[in-house]
Amino acid sequence: MDYSSHPLLNHSPSSLRANASYPQSSSFTRQNLFQAINSALKHSLRTDERTLVFGEDVAFGGVFRCSMDLATEFGSERVFNTPLSEQGIVGFAIGCAAQGMKPIAEIQFADYVYPAFDQLVNEAAKWRYREGDTGGHIGGLVVRMPCGSVGHGALYHSQSPEALFTHIPGLRVVLPRSPARAKGLLLASIACNDPVIFLEPKILYRAAVEQVPTEAYEIPLSQAEVVKEGKDMTIVSYGQPLYLCSSAIAAAEKDFGISVELLDLQTLYPWDKQTVLQSVQKTGRAIVVHESMINAGVGAEVAASIQEGAFLHLEAPVQRLGGWATHMGLAFESFNIPDVTSKLLR
Amino acid sequence: MLLRNPLRAQILQRVPRRQTRWSSLSQRPGSDRVHFPGAVSSKFTTKLSFEHPSTHPAMPTYRVMDSDGVVVDESRKPSGISNEEIVTWYRNMLTVSIMDLIMFDAQRQGRLSFYMVSAGEEGIAIGSASALVPEDVIFCQYRETGVFKQRGFALSDFMNQLFANCKDAGKGRNMPVHYGSGKLNIHTISSPLATQIPQAAGAAYALKIQALQNPDVPPRVVACYFGEGAASEGDFHAALNIAATRSCPVVFICRNNGYAISTSTLEQYRGDGIASRGIGYGIDTIRVDGNDIFAVREVTKEARRMALEDGGKPVLIEAMSYRVSHHSTSDDSFAYRAKVEVEDWKRRDNPITRLRKWMQHQGMWDEEKEKEARSQIRKDVLKAFAEAEKEKKAPLRDMFTDVYEDLTEESRGHMKELGRLLDDYPEEYDVNEFEGGRKGLSEP
Repeated sequence: MDYSSHPLLNHSPSSLRANASYPQSSSFTRQNLFQAINSALKHSLRTDERTLVFGEDVAFGGVFRCSMDLATEFGSERVFNTPLSEQGIVGFAIGCAAQGMKPIAEIQFADYVYPAFDQLVNEAAKWRYREGDTGGHIGGLVVRMPCGSVGHGALYHSQSPEALFTHIPGLRVVLPRSPARAKGLLLASIACNDPVIFLEPKILYRAAVEQVPTEAYEIPLSQAEVVKEGKDMTIVSYGQPLYLCSSAIAAAEKDFGISVELLDLQTLYPWDKQTVLQSVQKTGRAIVVHESMINAGVGAEVAASIQEGAFLHLEAPVQRLGGWATHMGLAFESFNIPDVTSKLLR
Repeated sequence: MLLRNPLRAQILQRVPRRQTRWSSLSQRPGSDRVHFPGAVSSKFTTKLSFEHPSTHPAMPTYRVMDSDGVVVDESRKPSGISNEEIVTWYRNMLTVSIMDLIMFDAQRQGRLSFYMVSAGEEGIAIGSASALVPEDVIFCQYRETGVFKQRGFALSDFMNQLFANCKDAGKGRNMPVHYGSGKLNIHTISSPLATQIPQAAGAAYALKIQALQNPDVPPRVVACYFGEGAASEGDFHAALNIAATRSCPVVFICRNNGYAISTSTLEQYRGDGIASRGIGYGIDTIRVDGNDIFAVREVTKEARRMALEDGGKPVLIEAMSYRVSHHSTSDDSFAYRAKVEVEDWKRRDNPITRLRKWMQHQGMWDEEKEKEARSQIRKDVLKAFAEAEKEKKAPLRDMFTDVYEDLTEESRGHMKELGRLLDDYPEEYDVNEFEGGRKGLSEP
């Protein structure tokens, strides 16, 4: 994948200006994904004294450099390393949020979030519900984690566990596709009064570079974006596979003379069913694409919802494309994730 | 020792001890001890010798009075506490105990779904809570009814929660005894064990930062309760470690009552109780006789003071008692322990009788006061019981609200669909006991 000229990224300020999501008066900087994340964290730390940033190896900048220079600028009380314990990090973050802080906790790899599953599912998600009229809530909690394959991560540095969280009412699950989207979605997540799981496709940390507004801005949660309009088919995706979809669409439109609409879900739960249904009602065909395993994945929910909400408009069965239902064997990675070929041949 | 160890002295001078950065450490040639990061002052030895836990004496248990309510060391007798306050503690312990008996029976009669009593552990809850200030933040497990009572949770608050009615702050969502109160700074109890412990560390860190950012706010601590069984969970270990490394002003209060449902401490752990673990995490620790309310109060007060020292630090209290009660109304503990063992404990020692004996020795309590107090408390409990029992449940919409700050489109759809079911099959659902009936499902 050549990101340097990929049309999904804003290579010039003019394409940003054409998109109403972004502040029109802002200046722009070329940033990759980790730099855009860093900008969002920095903005929050600078403008809100309640913000805390912590996790394993966060103080020196984080293994993916997202928290670079933050400890120096904002001090070791607000940006710090924690012991190596995911359940400890998330439990600690929940407690901070319960006392009115805005903790942004980093899990070093999404593959290692499982020790914190109890804290996220039984505690974070249910907090507001069980507190009821006491008024307690943990809005302000954001748990960030890098996800997805990079080509050599194997079993434990490749996972995309978003579907495990989209099953949990009370959590918001966000997964951005690019630096500019990530900055706006992360700032919206921090501002949100519900706990947010924020997944970052780690392959894009350095590879995806685009123009990003230097000003702060929020991209609303639970809203999908129509990335490209079309009339014969809808492709629904999120995160890194959007680049594959976009390339495949370009090839298919050229070869078959069709017109394909591309949607980025952006927030995977609670997700924007309306935008998806409107699109499919127009096009009559839909494919859902994600990198994570196909079984009980996000695609299953989206496909079932399309079948319920747009059945009479459908010209063909809804298709799902995702990773095979196996683990990420090191030597087999290139066979295991959706690519342009698998999309074109279907 | 520091003089012979110039490197360590330098390190101590350069940065405060709690923030020492070991990464700058290097081994000094010819030193008699290790300077590796992670073991900063360990002497070298040529003696091959393992540490045996059995050769270390068990940590002592602090107490003020013995089981007959007699002060053991006159120089440590309770001081600075008014008789009225002591009587309040006593009445609060009695209240918990009487409410427990009534609610246990009520559950057996099918009038509420579940209950958990505190018998034998009232002293830990009330004694420790009496040492905290109202602004301190509390996380409980589920056997801390006395903490709620001592902080001012009214009998009506207990009863509304127990009957899951519309006046329950939790809107009838939680099982009985999962109390919570924003006003009293006690987070609502959740059933999963030990999850509250790392949360307490984080909450304490928040209080610490807020005190730094706003020096006008009086310093506060977090108190966190849990049982010795919960201390086997990973969350306990994660919590103590992160609380120590981040210097969080939190007082961890472990109720060691000998049982986790049916599993005795003999099968729960091998070490010297939970207290020995505090030392391992670098946390100041004390063990206290949980049946001695004066001792519990005194150690909690001191722990609170220490927790606010040097910018904040965690303290661990292990309070020893015996769970006289069954685990819950779903448990019959005589299936795994002899009735005689329980009876023996009941007779031999109990936080309530111990304080009563002490008060009698002081001439401030007698049989008549006892009778009068019990009868009044019983009346008050039954009154609150009757009032709460006849309240309606919360409106049906509260099944869906508060999942998120705002109702989602999905939830609105589900409410509509449930409403359709209620309309189409009215004989299948009883909506009358819910406030507003069928209409209570609509958005206000």
